[in-house]
Amino acid sequence: MQELLTFTIIGLSTGAIYAVVASGLVVTYTTSGIFNLAHGATGMLAAFTYWQLRFDWDLPAPLALFITLFILCPLFGLLTERIVMRGLQGTTEVVRLSVTVALFAFMIGLANTVWPSDGSRQAFLKFFEGNTIHVGGINVSWHKVITFGCAIIVAIVLRLLLFRTRMGVAMRAVVDDRSLTELNGGRPNRVAMFAWALSAMLAGLAGILLAGEQQLNIEPLVLLVINAYAAAIIGGLKSLPRTFAGAAVLGLLDAYYLQFSDNSWFPQSFMGFGLSGIRASIPTIVLFVALLVRPQSRLRAGTVRFREENKIPSWKTAVLGAVSLIVVVVGISGMLTRSNTLFLLNGFTLAIVALSLVPLTGYAGQMSLAPLTFAGLGAVAMSKLPGDGNLLSLLAAITIVAIVGAAVALPAIRLSGIYLALSTAAFAVLVTKLIFNQRQTFMSGNISVPILDIPFIDINSPRGRLILSATAFSLLGLGVIAIRRSRLGRRLIALKDSPVAAATLGMNLTQTKLAAFAISAGIAACAGALAGDKVSPQQYDFTQSLPIVLLAVVGGVGTVGGALFGGLLLGGNAVLANAVPSLKNITKIMPGLTGITLGRNPSGATSQISEKFRPLLNRWGIISFSALGGVGIWALDASRIISHWAFFIGGVFWFLAVMPNLIAIVDGTSQRRWWASAIALTGLAVSLGVDWDQAVDSTGKRLLSLILLVAIFGVGTQRVAENAPRIHHSSPDLLGLDVALSPDELDNVERELGVTI
Amino acid sequence: MSTPILELRNVRASYGSIEVLHGVNLTVGRGEVVALLGPNGAGKSTLIKVASGILRPSAGQLMIAGRDATGASANALARAGLCTIPEGRGIFPNLTVRENLLMATYSGHKLSDIEHSTYARFPRLAERRSQLAGTMSGGEQQMLSLARALATDPVILLLDELSMGLAPLIVSELYQQVAAIAAEGVSVLVVEQFARTVLGVADKAVVLAHGKVQAFGKASEIGEDVLASAYLGS
Ligand SMILES: Nc1ncnc2c1ncn2[C@@H]1O[C@H](COP(=O)(O)OP(=O)(O)O)[C@@H](O)[C@H]1O
Ligand SMILES: [Mg+2]
Repeated sequence: MQELLTFTIIGLSTGAIYAVVASGLVVTYTTSGIFNLAHGATGMLAAFTYWQLRFDWDLPAPLALFITLFILCPLFGLLTERIVMRGLQGTTEVVRLSVTVALFAFMIGLANTVWPSDGSRQAFLKFFEGNTIHVGGINVSWHKVITFGCAIIVAIVLRLLLFRTRMGVAMRAVVDDRSLTELNGGRPNRVAMFAWALSAMLAGLAGILLAGEQQLNIEPLVLLVINAYAAAIIGGLKSLPRTFAGAAVLGLLDAYYLQFSDNSWFPQSFMGFGLSGIRASIPTIVLFVALLVRPQSRLRAGTVRFREENKIPSWKTAVLGAVSLIVVVVGISGMLTRSNTLFLLNGFTLAIVALSLVPLTGYAGQMSLAPLTFAGLGAVAMSKLPGDGNLLSLLAAITIVAIVGAAVALPAIRLSGIYLALSTAAFAVLVTKLIFNQRQTFMSGNISVPILDIPFIDINSPRGRLILSATAFSLLGLGVIAIRRSRLGRRLIALKDSPVAAATLGMNLTQTKLAAFAISAGIAACAGALAGDKVSPQQYDFTQSLPIVLLAVVGGVGTVGGALFGGLLLGGNAVLANAVPSLKNITKIMPGLTGITLGRNPSGATSQISEKFRPLLNRWGIISFSALGGVGIWALDASRIISHWAFFIGGVFWFLAVMPNLIAIVDGTSQRRWWASAIALTGLAVSLGVDWDQAVDSTGKRLLSLILLVAIFGVGTQRVAENAPRIHHSSPDLLGLDVALSPDELDNVERELGVTI
Repeated sequence: MSTPILELRNVRASYGSIEVLHGVNLTVGRGEVVALLGPNGAGKSTLIKVASGILRPSAGQLMIAGRDATGASANALARAGLCTIPEGRGIFPNLTVRENLLMATYSGHKLSDIEHSTYARFPRLAERRSQLAGTMSGGEQQMLSLARALATDPVILLLDELSMGLAPLIVSELYQQVAAIAAEGVSVLVVEQFARTVLGVADKAVVLAHGKVQAFGKASEIGEDVLASAYLGS
């Protein structure tokens, strides 16, 4: 009996922390519609800050607490809202969620940089460490009592704030009707800033309380706070009382499980599967169940025009892109060092994983946070299947994982938006904790995935695998584009644009969603199945999925090129960290930083870049010239006239600074085009002519020079060439809309259309 | 003539790349009640959005009491005494009646005063003060939104289709309240799709169609023929 009381008290105090965290989530979700995945990370950062003030700089506890909770946390919340979140109005849920993922990545990177983990750090003490009080025959630490008290105070204060003060009422009013709030004279932006500040304070409080119990480590702090999501979902992301109840249930379940699992009668395994991961999964299981029993969310009525836009690539573009990707990779793979080959290989693997998000997230608008989990399942399937890596077992692995993907989606199918995203997150965590740690899957932590066995071709080298993965990406990319151009593709888009309209037109939403999930899982499985190497479960962890999702969205998840860009950027980040140790800290926060800018350009980076290249597509002459230039630079390298570095820098310069400007130069009608050509050629000469290996001593400086070259000469060429009057050769149906036609052009159009006016 | 309290000068407004108002001129003098008439989709609500600061005009000026207010935020205009009851119901459905009135205190009036004046005019709202506003009948909801205009004595009142979806009896009751507000000297710009309900209250009328002013004059002078041609597009 006494034991039960002990565990009840332990459970309630854990629950109290969850309650504080979850209420902060609810506050921001209800006022701004943004589910802040970085909420836990905010708490983690606050705990570290408090530790810094209190234990490293020895400030008295009340002062340290005041500075952390009442100055720094609110300030952080204010800035988050002002700088990051405010730009997100009118974006899809996918973009909004990705931005919080970015924030999450940024904060973890920041904490790793400022407080690198070493054993020498002073301990994080509980409040009134050592003091206990006696309750019902057992000793309870003051810290637990304080934790509990904090939760109650938070509950009361929030209740009063939200229902008794004008700021609180305005917070709820903004949710109801933002513009009406303005018409009343309220300032929604201020209200949002207040909500974010409040939420950051709550996260900070929870982080500090938790660190007292758990010690100061980044991962557990962040992840334990993630558990509070379950409580927030039980509260429907709305009701604070139900959130608190959910938090208490979670805490108690955890404590009771701990108590009972110690007994000898408690099963240690089930049908040969170990159960050691169960305890850590309880909140996730609760989250999953809470999501599944949630009342059906209403379908979003009407079409929403999002700020993101993507064009459908034509077959010509797609095939051209696929072929040139393979050619380029084959070309450069010969000159890479072994480690750079492996990095690029990794980049392509990540790009395939990111590609799996294109049909699901980009087209159908369904957010998944578990792409790597499917890749992991693909790796496991490939290694377990007989056939030692022949094409048939690859197909079998893909099929199996695709079926699993659809099966997982089946219960979650009525969910959408944030709820769907969280259920995929729950799935990912469960697979990591319950399946990837089994003997039957990853043995003792490592399995080797057989190398794909293609008749007559030997790919048993890093270079071979690199070419294989680039080819796989190209083929899968073509497949994805084929889907986009098919009937199914249009249904996927309809699912994103207007579920209601799609349903009323008689479309089967369930089937379409299942198809999207199955396709996505299958593509991701490829990435795992083609690993061709030893893999460990850590590679497929949930937290590793987040940067991929993020960078896919940054690159532009609506396009195949975006997936490639995202994957390579993530891979390139690792190269950079490796090559330039001094940049290591920057590369840690880089994914986060890039993601935070999403609010400004929600379609992703590639759509911007590809706009520059789009006009090229109808100009075979210019395309051939560009390709010729590329081959020429490669030939210079192959014949050892220039070094690999000169090849790399010259190649990138050709691609980024020369090619986009070719049309302007060719079509230019005035003298300026000679100037533009001169500038471009000078830049090219510098890129190719400098002896980079000798003249510049570090990789970092070489990359920096490259950026400068492209910036100065590329932009210079563009400025000079663009302003020149010229004949537009682009397709006749575009002409005259944004640019007035000159007489020359009218002639041209008439010729193209075969009419005379 | 003294400076008009509200004036739109050559205002153009668009949603994305689609222009909806193509250069609209309109003035509301002090103490005047101006009716804004026009068929569905004419741009009346858009004009109200521009006048209230919700939508920034793409060209032209918004003048309030002779001063240029183009680009001022809606909340600043609201606190300066511009009261807008937007299309649909101008209430927060998930707040209680009392909390809705609390939101009206941004105008600078005390909650107790606002409550007092509201409950005196609409005793039905007093009974429902702790009920969620969204659960009341359409007429009661519209009373609540009018209550904000009545209790905060604004300088200008902008009303967008008060009558939408309401029974004729309730509509005439609501327009009596509008007449009462106007009688206190408040300038009113009132949008109606159905001309007859409002022409009795208005001094002047403006007919808008296809984003342009088609006719403008004393309310009594706007004849059936003008309205018919604007509405039927002949
Ligand atoms: N939010 C919006 N986005 C795009 N177009 C809109 C929006 N609101 C109104 N419109 C368009 O602007 C035009 C004028 O609409 P509105 O001002 O509401 O007309 P009215 O109130 O006179 O019926 C209509 O053609 C309508 O379709
Ligand atoms: Mg209207």
